[in-house]
Amino acid sequence: MSSITTNTTGRNIPDQLSTPTSRVLKSWESLLLLVAIGIFILNSFASPYFLDAWNLSDATFNFTEKAMIAFAMALLIIAGEIDLSVASIIALASTAMGMVMQAGFGTPAIMATGLVTGLLCGGFNGLLVTRLGLPSIVVTIGTMSLFRGISYIILGDGAFRGYPDSFAVVGQGYAFWVITVEFVIFALLAVIYAVILHRTNFGRAVYAVGNNPTAALFSGIRVARVKMILFLLTGLMSGLAAVCLTSRLGSTRSSIASGMELEVVTMVVLGGVNILGGSGTIGGVVIAAFVMGLVTFGLGLLNVPGIVMSIFIGLLLIGVIALPRLWSKLRRA
Amino acid sequence: MTMLKARETILTCAILLLLGLIATRFPAFVAPANLLAVFNDTSPLIILALGQMVVILTRCIDLSVAANLALTGMVCAMLNVAYPGLPVAVILIVALACGAVMGAVNGLLVWKLAIPPIVVTLGTMTIYRGIIFLLSDGAWINSHEMSPAFTGFPRMQIYGLPVLGWLAILVIAGMALIMTRTPMGRSFYATGNNPHAAVYTGIDVGRAQFLAFVISGTLAGLAGYLWISRYAVAYVDIAGGFELDVVAACVIGGVSIAGGVGTVFGTILGALFLGVIKNALPVVDISPFWQLAISGAAILVAVTFNSRSGRSRGRVILKSAEKAT
Repeated sequence: MSSITTNTTGRNIPDQLSTPTSRVLKSWESLLLLVAIGIFILNSFASPYFLDAWNLSDATFNFTEKAMIAFAMALLIIAGEIDLSVASIIALASTAMGMVMQAGFGTPAIMATGLVTGLLCGGFNGLLVTRLGLPSIVVTIGTMSLFRGISYIILGDGAFRGYPDSFAVVGQGYAFWVITVEFVIFALLAVIYAVILHRTNFGRAVYAVGNNPTAALFSGIRVARVKMILFLLTGLMSGLAAVCLTSRLGSTRSSIASGMELEVVTMVVLGGVNILGGSGTIGGVVIAAFVMGLVTFGLGLLNVPGIVMSIFIGLLLIGVIALPRLWSKLRRA
Repeated sequence: MTMLKARETILTCAILLLLGLIATRFPAFVAPANLLAVFNDTSPLIILALGQMVVILTRCIDLSVAANLALTGMVCAMLNVAYPGLPVAVILIVALACGAVMGAVNGLLVWKLAIPPIVVTLGTMTIYRGIIFLLSDGAWINSHEMSPAFTGFPRMQIYGLPVLGWLAILVIAGMALIMTRTPMGRSFYATGNNPHAAVYTGIDVGRAQFLAFVISGTLAGLAGYLWISRYAVAYVDIAGGFELDVVAACVIGGVSIAGGVGTVFGTILGALFLGVIKNALPVVDISPFWQLAISGAAILVAVTFNSRSGRSRGRVILKSAEKAT
């Protein structure tokens, strides 16, 4: 990363009520929150089915699994690295879980397998990046093919089915009333990651590593270890997402979660995390998760096909980043 | 330079070794006619990888190439269905223009708004794919709807090699010329090696990146028509995920993801390496399901190897690249 100034956007204290419009626009989270509220209002006008507790509860499935990974990915991207292999880790973890299930083990063993596989995959990425000093984008493009490839070797075009009923609780169960188990996991993780990133020394180290790895090293931060931990975390979260997704779908195919890595990265970037590292907040990622969930759900209610929704997500990604830049360009002109 | 040459020599040796291994059991695979067929089959990958190489050289990445290919292909196919009499030359021009426009959109967003290329192309990748759906309504265009001239063009044999292969050779020659013999080609290397120094030597870094995206887009457009007419089918998900193969070909071919390092020859070798594996798997009776894992492992081995061989030249890739040029 050359001389890129990073902390110009996205880290302002949210006190926008008395500030002029341009300042409000400059705070990423508040802009995003406005977008989220706007989409929410539009949706409730567009479809009479939108403002229904059960429908909204269903809608959370659109983002909970992706958001779990996005939290860890946010930290990783803030630290200046990226992991494009997360969706493939899901495929491999899910395949491993299927094999354990076929071998006759129960729910705890299946879930543990998913988590451990994720952790191992993350560790593999981390080792290649930190020990061999390889660029993470190339490493994870490689492992993206490798992990899913292993899943294809094991499963081919077949599928694992017949997970035990007790396993289905994670992805299909409700904690209380309309609140799903997955949503509770999502909310807990949001708090945990917010505390880690914004309230601990480790969180400060993550920012330091992302802003200037050399300076971080000289100020006594073990850069390689921080990155290794973040890769492990991302792997673990992918494993967790694999547990949730497999439990929700009730089956495993090699093509499971394909293309999800891009949605996760979109979520993180939409959340105001600088793709070049050094800045971003968990709050932003949480709002971005809701924005993406609401867009997909609202469009779904209007019978818009999934592929057209992806146009909106793509436009949202570019638009939300381009608009503030266009704004400041026009103001300067 | 010797280092760069060594990398390409080693890659050549790896490909020859691979061919040799296959030949011990299946001599027919290394027959000239079959090798030509392998080259022909790898042509779209070569064309796309050369475009991607230019983009990566300028410290960017273009993840939208496969979506660009699919959208251009769909436009060409729909044009052919609507006006079956349209000559192939016109279709080719439309394909090049269509691809160039999509590349220019990427390039403008990177140049004028300074949005990180990975974000831009992630976004446009999904947008371009979505547009295909809007255009086609999700329907497939099959071979019987296309005119014989449209589908026949890339298969036309000239001196034993189909037009598809000849076009790849043409692109290789053109790109080699641009990269080594023109100020524009050198400006791509300068931009990637040291953007600040490039500015002081009078190179508009943003413009160079824009041009790189236009080149990548144009080549993707060309590959789009060739792909659709060769397989005689056009649909939304065609060539899905192919952008990763393209990046993989570049990485295996020794193009540094940090920019500034990479050659046309290396990139071709990277693409051929993947092409030989893809074509050899069914021959040596390994399930095609192995292909993904093998190309993933190949990327990891290649990038590890590249960083090992480059290590002695300094800790930062940027510095080593400066010395090399």
